[in-house]
Order: sequence, then C-alpha cells, then structure tokens
Amino acid sequence: MTALKSLLSLGFAAATLVSTSAMAEVVLHRGNGGEPQTLDQAHTSIDVESNILKDLYEGLTVYDASGTVTPGVAESWSISADGLTYTFKLRAAAKWSNGDPVTADDFVYSFRRIEDPKTAAGYADILYPIKNAEAINAPKEAKALAPDQLGMRAVDDKTLEITLERPTPYFIQLLAHQTALPVHKATVEKFGSDFVKPGNLVSDGAYMLAENVANDHITLAKNPSYYGAASVKIDKVIFYPTEDQAAAIRRFQAGELDLQYQFPADQTEFLRKQLGAASVHVAPNLATYYYVFDMRHPPFDDVRVRRALSMAIDRDFLAGKIYAGAQLPAYSFVPPGIAGYTPAPADFASLSQLDREDAAAKLLGEAGYGKGGKPLKIDIRYNTNANHEKVATAVADNWKGLGAQVTLTNEDVKSHYAFLQEGGTFDVARCGWTADYADAENFLALSLSTNKTFDYAHYHSPAFDDLMTRSYGERDPAARAKIMHDAEALLMQDQPIAPLMVSASLWLVAPKVKGFVDNAVNDHLTRYMSLE
Amino acid sequence: MPGFILRRLLSAIPTIFIVVTISFFLMRFAPGGPFNLERALPPQIMAHMLSAYRLDQPLYLQYLSYLGNVLRGDFGPSYVYRDFTVAELISQSLPYSLELGSLAMVLAVVIGVAAGVLAALRQNGIVDHAVMTAATIGLTIPNFVVGPLLSLVFAVMLAWASAGGWGSGSFRDLVLPVTALALPQLSVFARLTRGSMIETLRADHIRTARAYGLPPHAVVIVHALRGALLPVVTYLAPCAAALLTGSVVVETIFAIPGVGRYFVQGAINRDYTLVMGTVVLVAVFIIFFNLIVDLLYAVLDPRVHLD
Repeated sequence: MTALKSLLSLGFAAATLVSTSAMAEVVLHRGNGGEPQTLDQAHTSIDVESNILKDLYEGLTVYDASGTVTPGVAESWSISADGLTYTFKLRAAAKWSNGDPVTADDFVYSFRRIEDPKTAAGYADILYPIKNAEAINAPKEAKALAPDQLGMRAVDDKTLEITLERPTPYFIQLLAHQTALPVHKATVEKFGSDFVKPGNLVSDGAYMLAENVANDHITLAKNPSYYGAASVKIDKVIFYPTEDQAAAIRRFQAGELDLQYQFPADQTEFLRKQLGAASVHVAPNLATYYYVFDMRHPPFDDVRVRRALSMAIDRDFLAGKIYAGAQLPAYSFVPPGIAGYTPAPADFASLSQLDREDAAAKLLGEAGYGKGGKPLKIDIRYNTNANHEKVATAVADNWKGLGAQVTLTNEDVKSHYAFLQEGGTFDVARCGWTADYADAENFLALSLSTNKTFDYAHYHSPAFDDLMTRSYGERDPAARAKIMHDAEALLMQDQPIAPLMVSASLWLVAPKVKGFVDNAVNDHLTRYMSLE
Repeated sequence: MPGFILRRLLSAIPTIFIVVTISFFLMRFAPGGPFNLERALPPQIMAHMLSAYRLDQPLYLQYLSYLGNVLRGDFGPSYVYRDFTVAELISQSLPYSLELGSLAMVLAVVIGVAAGVLAALRQNGIVDHAVMTAATIGLTIPNFVVGPLLSLVFAVMLAWASAGGWGSGSFRDLVLPVTALALPQLSVFARLTRGSMIETLRADHIRTARAYGLPPHAVVIVHALRGALLPVVTYLAPCAAALLTGSVVVETIFAIPGVGRYFVQGAINRDYTLVMGTVVLVAVFIIFFNLIVDLLYAVLDPRVHLD
C-alpha cells in the first residue's frame, strides 16, 4: 500500500511539474474582428488578414510598435541619385521557419507572382510603382510582358535590387504593406494554393501557423528560426473571428479575450466605465469618412453648391454624438498622423458652425438654389449600416435647413460599391478610405482625373493633376510635402468630396497586455507585446 | 417500407435539381459580385479575377459547368474564403452545427414533452399554469435577446459558463448556446404535448386501460403517450428547420463555427458557390427529415399505411 501511495504521489508530482511547465507557455487571445478571407499574400486586402499575416511573415520593411517604418528583413538600403533604383541588403540571420535562409530571390518570386495576371491578385496595383509591373499585370497594349520582366533582381542571395517606373518617395512605406510580404517559393511550387494550410505554410516572421479552423480560431506558435526570436515573449497567439461585437465584448469581460479589435462606437463611454479607461483605446487612424458629389450633372458641377453643402454639415455632432468620440471631425481629406506631412483643412474649418451655416445659405443663394431659389433635390447613398444611416439622417437635416429636399438610399456594401464603380449616376454618396501606406499621396491620388476607378466624383482639375505630378518628381521630402499640401488645399477649395470624419481604431486591451502602442497605421504585431 | 423509402429518395433528386437551378439564377439577380469591396478594384484586376473564377462566361455555361462539378461532388471554391473549398467549409462546420442542433433538439423534446405531460396530468392546477406561462415566455422572447442575457448573467457575471467560442466542446462551453437554441422549441413541445395529452387522456382506449386496473404510470407512458406524441412528431420536421435557422443567430452570438452563419454570410458576400452549397445542404436536410417524420408516423400509429 505504501509503495502504491508513493508511486501515486510521484506520479502526481510529475503531473504537476508537467502541467506547470505547460502553464509557463504564454498565450495571447486576440479578437480579430472578422474571419480572414485568405492567408495568401497575393489575395489579401483587409486589415483582419493583415493582423495575422504580419505576425506570420516579415517583409523588407516593417512598422514598429509606434507606427514608424523600420528595417525588417532588409537591414539597410540605398537609393540611387535619380530615385529609380533601390538596393536592399538582407539580414544574414533572416530564416524561414523550416530553416532555409531568406534570400533576395524569395522576394523576386513573390512580387512576380503577385503581378502575374494568372494569379488574379486583387491588390496587384499597389506595386505598380515597380518597373513593368503594370505592363505585366494590366497591359495597355494587347501583348502583356512576361512576369520575369519585373524590375526586380537578386544581385546575390542577400542583395535585392528594385527598379522603379518613376521616383516614388513613399516606396519604403509601401514595402511594409501586407501584399509585399514574401512567400516561400519551394512551398508554393510544391503545394500550389494549399500552401496556406497549417503543416504546409512556411513563414519568415515571428510566428508559424499551427492551426486554422475556419470561423473558429487561427493559432500561431512562436517561430524558433526567426532572427529576433529571443525578444519574442508570447509563445502562442490565437486569433478569433469576432464578428459579433456584442458577443466579443462579453468574452472580453469574461477574460476569454485579451485584445479585441473593434467595438460599437456608441458604447465607448459605457465600456470606459465598465472596463476602465485604460482598457479602451480610441486612436486616430489613417482613414477618412467622406461624402462624394457627382460632378457630372448639375447642381453638383457648381463649386458654390458643393462648398455650401459641405459647410452646412455639423461635423462636431456627427463625431461627438453619433460616434461618441470614436471619430474626429475632419476638414481635410488627409488625416493627421502622417510623419512629415501637415494636412490642409478647408478654409471654413476655422468658422463656428453657426457662421458656416450662414455662409452656406448665402453661397447657395448666389448659386441660385436654396430658399427662394431653384429647388434642390438631393439623394444621399450609403451602404447599410446603423451609423451610416444616422450620419446620413443628420446631414439631411443640415441640408433641409438650407431649403433642400433630401432623400436617403441605402444598399448593402457590395451593391453600394458596385454601383459607384460601374459609374452609376448619383447625387451624394458615402465613402470611406483607409490608407494602404502612411503617405498623403495615397489619399490625394484618389482625386486624380486619371484615376478611373476611385475618382467617384469625376473631378477633373488640371491644376490639381499638375501639382500631384510635380510631387511625384520631387526628391526632397519637405518640398514634396509642401506641394502635396498645396494640392490638398486646392482640393478642399473645390470640394469634389466633403471630408466628414477621421476614423479612429477602436481596441479593447486587457490590463495584463504590455507593449500595445496606439499608432495611426493600426499595426499591432504580437512580437512587440508581452503578458504580465 | 423499403420501397417507400426508395421512392422518396429517388423523388428527392429532381427536387434538389430544381432547387439548385432556381437558386443559381435567382442569386445572380442581386447587384454586385463577390469582388466588389469598399476598396474598388481597378477594372483590369477585376477582369483577371472574374476570369480566374470563370465568372466572365455566359451564365448558362457557368450553370452547366457548375452542375457537372456538383455531380462529381465538387462544389467549387469559396469566392470569399479563398483558402477553402465550399465542400471543406461545409464539412468542417457541419459537425458543430449538428452537435449543437441535436443537443438542442434532445433537450427541447425531453424537457418539453415531460413538462407538457406534467401540465396535462395536473390540468388547471398550479403546475399547469406555471409550465404554460414559462412556455409562453420562452416562445415569445426572441433568441437574440435570450442569448446575450444568458451570456451576460452566467458567463460574465457568474463565470459559470463560457461567454463564447466552441472551445473544447465541453459542457461549460455548450450549455448556454444549446439552451438559447432549445428554449423556443422546448416551449412549443410543452404546449403541443399538453394539448395532445389532455385529448388523448379522454379517449376510449385510456378509459379501458384504467378499467383494466393498469397502474397510472403505465397508462400514461405506455398507452397515452404514444397517441399523444403524434403532433409532437409532426412538429419535429419544422422544429429541425427552426433549429437550423435559429442556429444562425445563436452561432453568431456565441461564436460557434457552425454552418448557420454561412447562410447569411454567403448571401451578403455574394459568395455564389457557398450559397449554392448551403442551399443544397438545406434541401437535403429538409427532405431527409420529412422522410424520417413520415417513417415515425408509421411506427407510432398503426393506422397509418405507407404507400
């Protein structure tokens, strides 16, 4: 009996030891806001995927915890005098999770794959600044160039040379985008589209893919081959697709989630009281919420009408009351927070709301509309969403005050954007734009007359186009910022679009999570975090 | 009976074919497609994507190639969840929904019938009124109210159960979603059983059984229940359908990775293949369940002849 007892106690002690060492594994539970559509860099487009992909892979450059671009796999780079050739030196210690070294050829292969029309990559246009990328992917002539004509060359295993179409001052920021993450060539060639499955996927970032249960969870485990593995404190991170925000908040309150991406904006105050203000993060994001005017038909072809309508909108109400501070009023199209750039607000930003409304009524009268003038019928289109509906209703109220008759039309998000992209005629439409990279050009380029896809307003201003063209050629960052500032000032003068609000990224962060820093690019890599 | 089953299964094939055809064409009427996102795609890139998924072909060609694939068991790739095929998505999520649904159905039937029988036996007493009031409440309060309430009270405040997620599928993880799903159906079964039981208890053969001196529990369980269960069995098929649609809400509230969410997500995302896959699934499900119900009738009621 004693022997049995001692055996049992030995077994119990061993089990406790095993379980304690298992308990030493640090696991982070991240509510990710939605289910990723893919884990393939060539097909990724949304932030939900970016959060996971940037933990799995590392590109040439990477955003640090505070949102500044820093060296990633590329430890240094040099730019030629004409701004067209970039030479990157890759880290000697950079390895894939199966032990293979990360080589320049991996990047060449990855980018060629994205530009290859057969891949049908939805974000291929983001890499068009690279020489021949557009000619390969979306040729204007009948014959497309072969993908191997892409302006990228592996000088040797650890030296990568990229040639650009034209000087692109934001190119380094561009390389931190999720589309620019490398794939492991041998894995893709062996498994084809199955290379993303756990067990097949080979990654070069801080984590490897351990599990992927569709719509339930995606588990990443620490990658021992990662060059910075010593500083990675979290062993396992589990991403949950938390689409229902109310359910996610309950799970966060119950302690089942440590991070939650997105929560209903109107609950901000309530959550601050329930969870403590330190857990509720509302940080300005590089994303603008705006209304577009269809300039192809009257009265929206008249700048006075557009300016008047834009002036009359009470942005403080929209941001403060409807979004409860989760968005900020915006009078410039480019949001604040881009290093080295000062946004150019519209000239009426400095007026009080009452003064703006008076000025708007006067301006509208001059154009012949409004009270006593021609009838003004406006239809506001937006994609179905409780908050967008509230915003549209509030704006309609503002415009009714000017004597306009306003109707609202809403369609689900796919129909809404299909309509705009197919060139349908509208009056005013709601749009949102989130920056692909931290540069003002990403916002301003939307209004170029050459931008057939995104210029929903059909704004054609030679002066604006001219300023933007000059900005592309300008090497000095400060001078370039000034040119873009002037372009934005012109845009805000003309108001083809009326910026309403700048979005904030909404995060819930449990007190035990350290290393989570609010930043405008909304990148929060797990490898910067730890649990206490 | 085997002939009956075979005939029913054979007649299911043209039914499913018609369902697939109507859904395929009806779905294309909705504006937009799987690739229209908030961030507009440049036209040539959109063209690449449509061509890669053969969405640029004439509709009848797409329909024929889809039918051909389905007959080979290939339901196509999901247009939105690109890393998975529709067959993979459904086969991965179906077990979760089935487990959730069957647990809910068992709970609803067992407790519902028991409550209904109890109420019938104590008709117009306190127990009867209590059960019927509870049933009315359970029926009228929608599950998107009950679910979050249960979660808030038992998971967040009391920490007795999980607030969401499948976790390891343990009792702690499943008790709340199963309860939320079962509650309305439980109420229906309770009311149905009570009404039917009251009627059956008045029937001649029950009086005869009592006259023979059979013990009361034997009278109720062996003789009365069998007849009283007919309406319950009738309701089983719509109950299954209700659990299926109710699962959409419950799965969303409790973050269960089931197939219910794909019904709605597929439509909203214009994920044509996923919608078709779920349509076929529901059609098969309903046909199968109706067959089971008809067979159960024959078992329960000797007067029913299958032909």
